Amino acid sequence: MSIRALPLYATIAIFLLAYLICYIQFPAMLSTRVIGNLLTDNAYLGIVAVGMTIVIISGGIDLSVGSVIAFSGVFIAVVLRDTGIHPLVVFAMLLAITTAFGAAMGGMIYLLAMPPFIVTLAGMFLARGASYMLSIDSVPIADPLYQLMQRAYYVMPGRGRLTLLGMIMIMAVVVGMIVLHRTRFGTNVYALGGGEATARLMGVAVGRTTVAVYAFSGFMAGLSGIVFSVYTSAGYPLATVGVELSAIAAVVIGGTLLTGGSGYMFGTLIGVLTMGLIQTYIVFDGSLSSWWTKIVIGGLLLMFILLQKGLLRLRIHQ
Amino acid sequence: MTTVLRRVAPQLLTLVAVIMLVSIYFPSFWQIVYVNERLVGIPIDVIKRGAPVALLAIGMTLVIATRGIDLSVGAVMAICGASAAWSIDQGFGLWAALGIALVAGLICGLWNGLLVAVFDIQPIVATLILMVAGRGIAQLITGGTILTFDNDAFSYLGSGTLLGVPVPAVIWVLTGIGFGLLVRRTALGLLVESIGVNLRASTLTGINSRVLLIAVYMGSGFCAALAGIIATADIRGADANNAGLWLELDAILAVVIGGNSLLGGRFSILASILGAMIIQTINTGILLAGFPSEFNLVIKAVLVIIILVLQSPRVLPQLAYLWRGRRDRSQRPKQSQTSQQNAGTETKT
Repeated sequence: MSIRALPLYATIAIFLLAYLICYIQFPAMLSTRVIGNLLTDNAYLGIVAVGMTIVIISGGIDLSVGSVIAFSGVFIAVVLRDTGIHPLVVFAMLLAITTAFGAAMGGMIYLLAMPPFIVTLAGMFLARGASYMLSIDSVPIADPLYQLMQRAYYVMPGRGRLTLLGMIMIMAVVVGMIVLHRTRFGTNVYALGGGEATARLMGVAVGRTTVAVYAFSGFMAGLSGIVFSVYTSAGYPLATVGVELSAIAAVVIGGTLLTGGSGYMFGTLIGVLTMGLIQTYIVFDGSLSSWWTKIVIGGLLLMFILLQKGLLRLRIHQ
Repeated sequence: MTTVLRRVAPQLLTLVAVIMLVSIYFPSFWQIVYVNERLVGIPIDVIKRGAPVALLAIGMTLVIATRGIDLSVGAVMAICGASAAWSIDQGFGLWAALGIALVAGLICGLWNGLLVAVFDIQPIVATLILMVAGRGIAQLITGGTILTFDNDAFSYLGSGTLLGVPVPAVIWVLTGIGFGLLVRRTALGLLVESIGVNLRASTLTGINSRVLLIAVYMGSGFCAALAGIIATADIRGADANNAGLWLELDAILAVVIGGNSLLGGRFSILASILGAMIIQTINTGILLAGFPSEFNLVIKAVLVIIILVLQSPRVLPQLAYLWRGRRDRSQRPKQSQTSQQNAGTETKT
C-alpha cells in the first residue's frame, strides 16, 4: 500500500464511517432513494469538481467555474427562447464556447506568466458579466427535450431513482479517471503539478498542457451548466455563486494536494458525496441550522489537510 | 521620496487614466461641495466606498509579501461585524463592541497564522478553511438573521464625518500610515520581505519567522476587523451572508494591481492602496458613466485584464522567450518526445 494513496483510503473510510453514523441514527438514509437523490442533487458539483481536480493536480486553480455554470444556463435558456435551434445543437455550441473560454484562460496563464488565481478571477468576472448581459432575470426553459431529460431515470431496487443527471456525473468521473490516470496528458498534468521547471526539463509541453488543462475544466464547467439547467429548468445569472469554492473543498476532502502533483479522481467523487451527505443529514435531522454545513465542511477540510501533512511527514521520515 | 514615486508611478498613471476615462463620460467628476458640514462629491464617495477594500489591501499586502495569501478576510469581516453587532445588541456599549470585534479579528488572524507558521500548511489552503467555515460562524453569532442595532456612536464609524471627511476614509488613511510607519521605520518590513524571498534562509539567519508570520496574519485579521466594523456600522446591521462577500478577491486584485508579486518579496502598501482606489474608481465610474448595470462586471474584467497585461513587466521578454522556445522545440522534437515518455514512467512509479 503506497503512502501516496493513503489520503484516498482515509477519505473513503471517513465517508463510510459518516454514512454509518447517519444510518444508525436514521435507518432510512441507506435507502436507494436517498442515494439516488444524493447523486442527482450533487451532479453539477461532481462534474465541475472533475475539471477542478485536474486543474488542481496541475498546480493551478480555476475560480471561474461557478460563473461559467451560470453563464451556461442563461446562454441555453436565452438561445432556446429566442431561436428555434435544437437543444442538442445549443449544447454543442455552449460546450465549444466554454472550452474555448477555458483554453483562452490557460493560454493567458502560460503566455503572460500570470498566476492562475488572478487570471481565472478575471475570467470569473467576465463569465458572470456575460451572463448578466444576456439576461438579468431568470429565464425559464420549457423545451420538450428538457422534460424528457428530467423524467429519464432508472428505477433501482427500493424504488430509488438513478436519474440521467446522476448517470452523467458518474460518467464524467469515469472519463476524468481515464484522462487523468490512463493517458499521457494525465501524466503530464501530474508532472506539471510536481513543478513546472522540472516538467519542462523532462520534456513536458508545458504550454500545451496548461491550455488543455483549463480547456478541460471549461468543458466540464459547461457540461455542469447543462446539467444544472436541466436540474432547475431555468437559466439564472445569479445562480451557482461560490460553487468554485465547494468544488475546491470537495477536491481537497477527496485527498488531492492543493499544491498539485498528487491526488485521485475517485477521491473527488467521494469528497462531493461527503459534502452532499452532510447536507442530507442536516435535512434529515431537521433541527440543525443550515450554517452548520459550512462549519462542518470547514472542520472536515482542516482534518484532511492535517492528515495529509502528517502523512507527508511520515513519508519524509521513511 | 523619489524612489517611492518611481515605485508607485504605474499605479498613479493608471489611476489618472481611469479618472480621465470616467471624466469623459462624467465631466463634473471633480466637483466637490461642502454641505451640512460634510464634503460631498465623487472623489469623496470613492475614498469612502473604497474603505473596506483599501483596509483589506493593507493587511493583504503584508501577507502576500511573505509569499502567502489570505482568502479568509471577507469571512473575517462578517465574523467581526457580527460580533460587534452582537455586543451592541447585548448592551455592552461602543468601546466593548469595538474591542470584541478587533479581538475577534486578531483571533482569526492568529488561527490562520498558526496553521501557516506552526502546522506548515500552504497559505491558500489554510485560509480557505476559515473562508468556508467563517460565514457559518458569523451566522452562528447573528442567529441566522440580519442583526440590526441602533447606536449612533457606532454608526458614526460608518457614516459620520470628521472635519467634513468621511470617517471610513480617515480610518483607512490612519491605518495605512500606521502600518506603513511600522514596517518602514523599523526593520519589520525588510524581515517580511526576506521571509517572502526565502523562508528557510531567513530562518537560518536568525529571523524568528514563525512569530513574524503569525504577526502578519494577525495584522491582516486586524485590518479585516476594521473593515468589518465599517461595513456593519454603515448599514447599521450585521449581515453574515453578504458582509465582505468576495472582497478578498478585490483585495488581492488591489495588491496585484499595486504591482506586488504574488510570489512574495518586495512590497509597497501605498501602491496596494492606490490599487484599491483604482478598483473603486472603476466601480463608481461604471455607475456614473450611465452604462446599464449588467455591463459592470464585463467592463471591470476587461479593464483589469488590460491593467494586468500592461503592468506585467514579463510580457515582452516572455513573448521573446516563447519565440525562441518554439524554434528550439521544432529543432529537436524527437528528443523532447523521448523525455516525455521518461517523465511518464517516472511519475507512475
